[in-house]
Amino acid sequence: MITKRIIPCLDVKDGRVVKGVNFAGITDVSHPVKLAKFYSDAGADELVFYDITASVEERNLFTEILTEVAASIFIPLTVGGGIRTLGDFDRVLKCGADKVSVNSGALQNPNLIKEAAQRYGNQCVVLSVDAKRVQGAYHVFAKGGREDTGLDLLDWVRRGVDAGAGEIVLNSIDTDGVKRGFDLEMLKAVCEVVSVPIIASGGAGSIEDFITLFQTLPQVDAGLAASIFHFGEIAIPDLKQALAEQGIIVRR
Amino acid sequence: MIAIVDYGVGNLFSLQSSLKAIGAQVTVTGDPNILRQADKLILPGVGAFGDAAKQLRETGLAQVVYNEAKKGKPILGICLGMQLPFEKSYEYGEHPGLGLLQGEIIPMAGQIPRRLKIPHIGWNALILKQKNHPLFRYIQPGDCVYFVHSYYAAHCETSLIATAEYGIELTAAAAYENIMGCQFHPEKSGSVGLNILKAFHEFPKS
Repeated sequence: MITKRIIPCLDVKDGRVVKGVNFAGITDVSHPVKLAKFYSDAGADELVFYDITASVEERNLFTEILTEVAASIFIPLTVGGGIRTLGDFDRVLKCGADKVSVNSGALQNPNLIKEAAQRYGNQCVVLSVDAKRVQGAYHVFAKGGREDTGLDLLDWVRRGVDAGAGEIVLNSIDTDGVKRGFDLEMLKAVCEVVSVPIIASGGAGSIEDFITLFQTLPQVDAGLAASIFHFGEIAIPDLKQALAEQGIIVRR
Repeated sequence: MIAIVDYGVGNLFSLQSSLKAIGAQVTVTGDPNILRQADKLILPGVGAFGDAAKQLRETGLAQVVYNEAKKGKPILGICLGMQLPFEKSYEYGEHPGLGLLQGEIIPMAGQIPRRLKIPHIGWNALILKQKNHPLFRYIQPGDCVYFVHSYYAAHCETSLIATAEYGIELTAAAAYENIMGCQFHPEKSGSVGLNILKAFHEFPKS
């Protein structure tokens, strides 16, 4: 049976891995290639690389680093941050990315998902969404979580999947960095409207949070986190051991 | 030397890197002469069967691959490249394959339980049907590999060497004499995948 995936996310700025708490207060953590190798050896099922500043400062991804990662790490790699055009897809896919994650770029140009899915296949297009509760509804936020688009989360993911997104990364701004667990309520709402794989992001603080995620919402395919892995608060082999003990199927 | 058949489909960077990582000499080429000189061939592929098969024929490489296979050269197909050697595919119509392996490519839809998502994406455990096959030299039952596909090889009992459970048992790997294929991506399957590529690298030359 297909396994639940554990995905460390490496936010990259100036060629280094960083992770902010609620997207502020950025701290330097490590070198992307070394960290990626470490995670791959530890049993990470996939890695996500985000250029966290690209959508703000229009900076290109550090393709040299990506190439170096892809040349030495043989698990699926997703790349995001500053993806606005098919040319951006092409650029990161040539560096060895397997999937490309779109966020602000798709908000600005909703045709991007459709065009990319037609050219590279749905499995290649990941729709990443930052969402937050606003007056009783879930709103989609742009620009690294700083700008309320006013779009309804559920409408947006439905449109994204219809256009060809093969996977959804749902990052709850409400729980991100708080470390008290994933946003189960928001995730459940998204699971109910689309049938593509859902990757939960934002809020993991302990091994128990992952167990709760997969037990409460078996339709969620993967859990994504950054700082708890980067700072060694959770070791991936321990996490997988604990999930397996709870009867959750993982790759060992 | 292993030659990766370049017929203009897909990105071959990771595949090439993974073969370098196991110490293989590797080249990516669409040159028939180099393909004929190579010890082994890898047939990659992504996208839809019909488009890839057409591209392989239009570049003239379908005939080269077919001839080399018939001469006994070890060939490993990966993902869509694993499906191309079969007789035909029912992906968006009906398209002939290379006819090197018995069987056909059919959609998962309608075959697997409705609750399961399509494509079959992620890590799944190998169920070895031929434990002693040389490709599995370094593989243990239950080792996981990475899949991304919506169609699979069926009616291929003569070449079935491994499956993966996804509501039903999906064909994960096939082999008949010198013609082998992995539905999963060994170049994205961590050390398990590298070990399969290593076993192919060590597969006796024709």
